[in-house]
Amino acid sequence: MSHTELDLTNKLQPKFFAEHQYAYYKALEDKHTTIEITDDDPLGTRMILNMGPQHPATHGVLRVLTELKGERIVKNKLDIGYLHRGVEKIAENKTYQEFMPYTDRMDYLSPYSNNVALCTAVEKIAEIEVPERAQYIRMINCELARISAHLLWLGTMVMDAGAISFFIWTFREREKIYSLFDEVAGHRFTVSHSRIGGVASDYTPKALDEIRTFISEFPNELRDWNKLLNKNRIFIDRNAGVGVVTHQDAIALGMSGANIRATGIAYDIRRFAPYLRYADVDFEVPTRLEGDNLARYYVRMEEMGQSVRIINQCLERLKPGPIRTDNAKKTYPSKDEVYYSMEGLIHDFMMTDTGVCPPAGRETYHAIEAPKGELGYYIQSDGTGHPWRMKIKTPSFSNLQGLEHMLDGCMLADTVVVIGGVDPVMGEADK
Amino acid sequence: MPSTTQLAVLDELKATFAASVLEVTEHVGDVFVLVSRDTIIPVLTHLKETHRFIYLADLFGVDRFTAVDRFEVVYNLVSLATGTRLFVKTRVPEDEPVLPTAIGIWSGANWNEREVYDMFGIRFEGHPDPRRIFMPEDFEYFPLRKEFPLLGIPGSIELPNTTPDPENT
Repeated sequence: MSHTELDLTNKLQPKFFAEHQYAYYKALEDKHTTIEITDDDPLGTRMILNMGPQHPATHGVLRVLTELKGERIVKNKLDIGYLHRGVEKIAENKTYQEFMPYTDRMDYLSPYSNNVALCTAVEKIAEIEVPERAQYIRMINCELARISAHLLWLGTMVMDAGAISFFIWTFREREKIYSLFDEVAGHRFTVSHSRIGGVASDYTPKALDEIRTFISEFPNELRDWNKLLNKNRIFIDRNAGVGVVTHQDAIALGMSGANIRATGIAYDIRRFAPYLRYADVDFEVPTRLEGDNLARYYVRMEEMGQSVRIINQCLERLKPGPIRTDNAKKTYPSKDEVYYSMEGLIHDFMMTDTGVCPPAGRETYHAIEAPKGELGYYIQSDGTGHPWRMKIKTPSFSNLQGLEHMLDGCMLADTVVVIGGVDPVMGEADK
Repeated sequence: MPSTTQLAVLDELKATFAASVLEVTEHVGDVFVLVSRDTIIPVLTHLKETHRFIYLADLFGVDRFTAVDRFEVVYNLVSLATGTRLFVKTRVPEDEPVLPTAIGIWSGANWNEREVYDMFGIRFEGHPDPRRIFMPEDFEYFPLRKEFPLLGIPGSIELPNTTPDPENT
């Protein structure tokens, strides 16, 4: 075999998205973009390092391109869009209820919050009343989803900081919430339980028992974890003063959720514009002033405690009653009606075929406090059952922009900890 | 109904920018102010400086699919001091979809404007980094425009080969 046959030049050329890569690197070297490579580097200590999109510590398909000087990040760029599925386009071609299961796949760590965010937005634009019991069921499940999302954040963030076994302990608790959702909604992960005008099914007595058991046991776990981490020298050294963002920058960058509350801004939609029955329950909005990774840790840990407090109050207020609005023009009729009456069957068919039709030309925005921050749905209706435009304001998108800001000047080794602390979900950032 | 704070802001805005506030609409408590394109930056600056709308929650585009002023860009503003939300809209024509950037007012507008460009093709003058954010850089279309088909355009994105390369098997 001769040498000419072994020529691999063509095979080594990147075929996949060649232009994309080229444009990206060109942008880095282009004087008109924000990164400028200077020539005054005689020792060659500067380099450009790519991390991701397939990297275990980026929590999804996040790509971080860093310009390093020694071990310090001089400038970095985040590249997102690897999980872009065009859900806003899909939403324009579906009825509101049909689109609801897609929201599970947005922030896939807290599907219930996403369901509720869409349903409350549609209820606002179509002016649908929701029965009290359904609202409390939604609140309990949303708070459980918040605990579950924070548990994943806690496990992975502590693992990024070097403690492996901790991840197993948080996942054990998360597993309990999954089994609980299995009993409540019939699915462990992508629950799709909320409906426009209410929820799909009521709690079974077993589900209520499981929630009560979980809520009574969980604070003990939380206390143990606090004991383990709050005075842990390694954990604190790894997190304190890392990934600092000032409250001015956090506001200017539009960060939300625990990331903005860790800078001292008590911006929580549950307080700012109460939805469901959050105005009736007693809870605190935990804040910290430092704005570093440790502050974000404390805020989320306290939030889990507050969630338990909210769930306890909701369970007390949970009165028997309907779980969905009894208006067949606006919500799905109950299965009893569908199976035993002609009108019920027709209404069920109409709801599936056409769905809820908000008045033409109406546009509204409704936001909820998802575990990651402000999750809002802007809906513009043209009078049909499909939205003319649905814009989803996702917290991770804004938080990632803050991440780009706070990574500048960090040590490279802190990158993974800071990503873990900001807690982005690429499914919702990329839409 | 709009809150009293929102009404006060609107009255003041109408008095200061009489010529540029084109329309005020209200739907289920949300207030939308339509502002002419050439005065959008002064209006937004004024809202931030005078009425403390220091938080830009969101910025997005809408394709109205009309002959005149086809695209709409909506700024979702929040005042943390008064707890008010206000939406400011402006419209741009299809043949010249250009707006001045709002990065000077809120630095967080950066990625949102890139997203609007990526999805609708609206360019933001003065943007420091006007690249696409979700789609690949060599993608030729703007997916959220109404004429873009739901199933996409075949061949517009180079996908990895699913059949094994015969030379390597």
